[in-house]
Amino acid sequence: MRYAMAIDTKKCVGCSDCVVACQIENHVPTGFCRDWVIEATSGTYPDLSMEFRSERCNHCSNAPCVRCCPTEASHIVEGGIVLVDADQCIGCGACIESCPYDARYIHPEGHVDKCTFCIHRVEKGQNPACVDVCPTTCMYFGDTDDPNSDISKLLKKRKWKTLIPEAGTDPNIYYLI
Amino acid sequence: MERRDFIKIGSFGLGAVAFSNPIFNYLSNSVVLDGVTQGGGKRIPTYCEVCFWKCAAWTHLNEKGEIWKLTGNDDDPHCNGRLCPRGTGGVGMYYDDDRLKTPLIRHTVNGKQEFQEATWDEAFNFIAKKMKKISDQYGPECIALFSHGSGGKHFGRMLKAFGSTNITAPSYAQCRGPREVGFFATYGEGIGSPERVDIRDTECLVLIGSHIGENMHNGQVQEMSEAIDKGATIITVDPRFSTAASKSKFWLPIKPSTDMALLLSWIHVIINEEWYDKKFVEKYTFGFDELKEHVKSFTPEWAYGITTIKPNIIRKTAKEMANASPSVIIHPGRHVTWYGDDTQRLRAVAILNALLGSWGRRGGFYNPEKKKIAKLDIPKYPTPSKTWRDAFPGKYKLAGLALASGICDATIPAGDRDCSFKAWIVNGTNLISTLPNQANTIKAIQNLDLMVVIDTMPMEITGYADVVLPECTYLERYDNLRVSGHREPTIALRAPAAEPKYDSKPAWWMAKELAQRLDLSDYFPFEKEEDELDWQLKQMGLSLEEMKKIGLKKYAREYDDLYPLENLEDYEFNTNTGKIELYSTAMEDEGYDPLPKYTQHEEPPEGFYRLIYGRAPMHTFSRTANNPNLTDLMDENKVWVNPKVAKEWDLNNNQEIWLENQDGIVTSFPIKVRVTERIRWDSVYMIHGFGHTDKRLTRAYGRGASDAEMITKVHIDPEMGGTGMRGNFVTFLTEAPSKGKS
Amino acid sequence: MIEEIIISGRNNPEIDPTLHIWGWEIPFYLFIGGLVAGILFFSALYTIRDKSSEYPTVVMIAPMFTPFFLGIGLFALFLDLSHKLYFWQLYTNIRWESPMSWGAWTLMVVTPLSIIWSASWVQDVFPNWDWKYNWIKDILTKFIEIRKQVAWLIIFLSIILGMYTGILLSAFNARPFWNTAILGPLFLTSGLSAGAAFIILLSKSKKEKHLFIKIDFMLIITELFLIVHMFMGFLAGTKVHIEAANLFLGGPFTVQFWVFVVGLGLIVPIFLEILELKNKPIPAYLSAILVLYGSIMLRFIVVEAGQASRWLY
Repeated sequence: MRYAMAIDTKKCVGCSDCVVACQIENHVPTGFCRDWVIEATSGTYPDLSMEFRSERCNHCSNAPCVRCCPTEASHIVEGGIVLVDADQCIGCGACIESCPYDARYIHPEGHVDKCTFCIHRVEKGQNPACVDVCPTTCMYFGDTDDPNSDISKLLKKRKWKTLIPEAGTDPNIYYLI
Repeated sequence: MERRDFIKIGSFGLGAVAFSNPIFNYLSNSVVLDGVTQGGGKRIPTYCEVCFWKCAAWTHLNEKGEIWKLTGNDDDPHCNGRLCPRGTGGVGMYYDDDRLKTPLIRHTVNGKQEFQEATWDEAFNFIAKKMKKISDQYGPECIALFSHGSGGKHFGRMLKAFGSTNITAPSYAQCRGPREVGFFATYGEGIGSPERVDIRDTECLVLIGSHIGENMHNGQVQEMSEAIDKGATIITVDPRFSTAASKSKFWLPIKPSTDMALLLSWIHVIINEEWYDKKFVEKYTFGFDELKEHVKSFTPEWAYGITTIKPNIIRKTAKEMANASPSVIIHPGRHVTWYGDDTQRLRAVAILNALLGSWGRRGGFYNPEKKKIAKLDIPKYPTPSKTWRDAFPGKYKLAGLALASGICDATIPAGDRDCSFKAWIVNGTNLISTLPNQANTIKAIQNLDLMVVIDTMPMEITGYADVVLPECTYLERYDNLRVSGHREPTIALRAPAAEPKYDSKPAWWMAKELAQRLDLSDYFPFEKEEDELDWQLKQMGLSLEEMKKIGLKKYAREYDDLYPLENLEDYEFNTNTGKIELYSTAMEDEGYDPLPKYTQHEEPPEGFYRLIYGRAPMHTFSRTANNPNLTDLMDENKVWVNPKVAKEWDLNNNQEIWLENQDGIVTSFPIKVRVTERIRWDSVYMIHGFGHTDKRLTRAYGRGASDAEMITKVHIDPEMGGTGMRGNFVTFLTEAPSKGKS
Repeated sequence: MIEEIIISGRNNPEIDPTLHIWGWEIPFYLFIGGLVAGILFFSALYTIRDKSSEYPTVVMIAPMFTPFFLGIGLFALFLDLSHKLYFWQLYTNIRWESPMSWGAWTLMVVTPLSIIWSASWVQDVFPNWDWKYNWIKDILTKFIEIRKQVAWLIIFLSIILGMYTGILLSAFNARPFWNTAILGPLFLTSGLSAGAAFIILLSKSKKEKHLFIKIDFMLIITELFLIVHMFMGFLAGTKVHIEAANLFLGGPFTVQFWVFVVGLGLIVPIFLEILELKNKPIPAYLSAILVLYGSIMLRFIVVEAGQASRWLY
């Protein structure tokens, strides 16, 4: 099993519902976030193009944060979800430095925090909160090891990219382009 | 001293915020994990009040029984189970520690005006006494209600019972009024909300200045996304590269204020090339020949000189629409009060849709159906002897609803007016930011004998009130059933998920208490609002108990006429001719242009730029600017400046500047610059709703600048009194303006 | 024009616009680690070569400071931890892939060794102290007996410690400026140089001073060589490495680095040391202080610049 997310940049309007839904669902303190939205415009007026990307932890298959963690607080569970065990985290900051996506932050309580793919929901068969709330339904969550899953089919049908694949992290958030 | 000083900080001060709360830690201004296990709690139905799309939703409680989160109701066609960011962040309205907490009455102590805390009894008695006095002296019609939101219905009932029908919302004359009038003149029907546009099934969506996606009206955004998935063509006309423009096959970066020329030229091309729906036009429309003659000279080449849109692009986009016909929508927009000829512009939009045969067709405009709700058994309202219209003889004859700006103007005494308003009841609308020309609004307020403001937040308008009543948020109360027209009729319930915080109260209760003191108890026959709702629901074979379980009831359509003109069925329109009036006889009868004309509008003087304003998906007007959850997403606005302009003025990203408009008005606060290719060089853009001046809004105070402050010049729509607000121009001040200028 | 902005979320001052998770604590800790590695290395080396009477400062006196320095360094590391009560988790796990874990365990071994090492010399440094209890004397005698073995161990571990201070950073692929294998040798050299400088500061013997001035001279030359090659490597690297190098080649760190680290901290000391070796009347502490200053600045700048360098997408 390999959980992954595909986000359709053609449909995303950058409304940031994913961000606020995550914050409320996961009691993320205000002023912090586990996901965020990027607006990238290129070109010169009037020849412009624009892409919105909802970004978060890429739950990398080759996760530098897990490798560099001195205490095994950062670990990978069934389905490839990268998690942080708050009771094992010493807050050294190494995993934050190691993440090319800057997806981690230090929670006011001291431990490091990040996207969990809403594992508490996924375990119940639900989608992550960001996916379920998205008004444009531009986000898809599923198992890429299963060739019949919606996400696998979508990745076969559509063109996609991942972020910084050259960093060797094997990210699992796909952007449909 | 002004009769009514603006009271910035009430006597209750800012000190009283350090109370504890389970989810928000106010000292650190953060939400802290309180060890509550997630899920498993109860859910209570509601419908959203953060904007007026009113999505049906569920309020979820955590295991301690406290409000945790909001999610959409799966059965609701407004949201399909998915709230927008504002709806999701609606919990912040409830948890906002800056909320109004107790009734306040203005007093003068030692020559200084201040608010003093009052009991509800004192507040109601004060208001009732004043209302009776005004009624005795000038008549009850001199009391007006401004509202935006659910509370308006309850106060409206109280006011109608008292004898005034001067009930208004800025959503008409400051927003979508011209659209309703323009379409009514053409089709005998308006557009309504949610808009009756069949975006889901359209093949071509044309947006003229509408920024769907930034304007986060949920169902529309969802349907646009669905249309993108299905491969629909989107054409966006906007001086700014909007989110929708980035999803479009064609972006027409039009010179602002010239949309009418483009519309007329499209009509010209579609008629001349014979791309229009001939059968539809022949069967349903009136005045085609006059229209054809009228647009004869409006060639794409003519329009190019005005709009800066190339002739081949005008032709190509017209062809694109024609190819999709009748599954095409020239979107009527929503906030359309731009240049003062807006009713006529929306007439042109309506005409274009008629030529392409999209009205009453799949992928065009559907026919919404609404459920009828049982009327309460209350006495007939008294007939007022005068209305706001008496203040404007011979003007705005097509206005279908009361004009908020009109009532404001008619509050300032003038020789030729016999109707000057003496009291305002303001509920849920911050008129200081909502109405154009702030100085005029404040002048009107100074002429009032009574102003009551009912709100959840200490918005700027509360600073001018005689009495401030703290309303509880929508998560803490019942309200009228939501009855909205859609493809299928639905009714939705709002039920409280928590007791009102502080000493706040629901609007229904306030209206009933006031009615009692005005000897109008008969109009509120039920003891509690839930009894009233239960009675109404029982008339429909439902009950409050049942509705609390489902939240929303969807009905099958009574008539199978979702697309009444799909197969050219016989149809009589509610117009003078019974047809779609391309040539409007109603307009002609009232002395207005029966066919839309292009008028040239004023252009920015040297060194000035046209101020264009709009919305961000995470905010609703200025009402969400202090919401802790939404402020966390976006806490200030920036002024968008084209890189060429930035270079000329030597402006850098995030540099703080002030804006000054053509009338010498300077923004109260600096605003950061955003240098971006996404805007034309003759315009600047900013998001509406920031730059709050009331310090009691601790998260919003001084963040960004207010576009409303810059809107001092208003172009009034002669047909219906809409306030065109896009004719204001600003320039940049890189140094702090000297104090006292504003 | 490419405009890429975060439109919501990530309003986290420690991450945007530049990552700033590590403040002064980590570079200070890395400096201390390098300094201690240098001191212990030279002390053990000259012990093995039986030069304790010839060079008493390097062999006996300087190491007396190392347990305290390590204490201060570890305290700085502890200050950096944001979840301090859980710091013991470092020692319930061994993570071979984690440089942090390596560092924690290296220090776990080096710290007691530095105490044993200092203790074995303490009677030579303070011959007049009254030890009161015989068991203390017994222990100290034991330490003296195993001195040679400990010396070999210290040589090995001090090189690991010195290298580690660089590898802690170079193991982060995400920060292109750190992601160079030269950082390990560079920080080791810089640590040895700092150790040498510290010895020069303490030493009262001209012979000893001159020996370490020569050693330091060679170390600084090596450092300069490594720095030049580090930039060569970056400029021959991928786009992100070139961008990272550009932070120092015209970017915001240019002046700080080339003037204050390379200029004041390396090149000026070289000239001062040449003059000192030619017996010109220049106080030896001047170059030593500059070297220590350069060494600490190097770590501050590298830690800060690394956090400013990032992948582009």
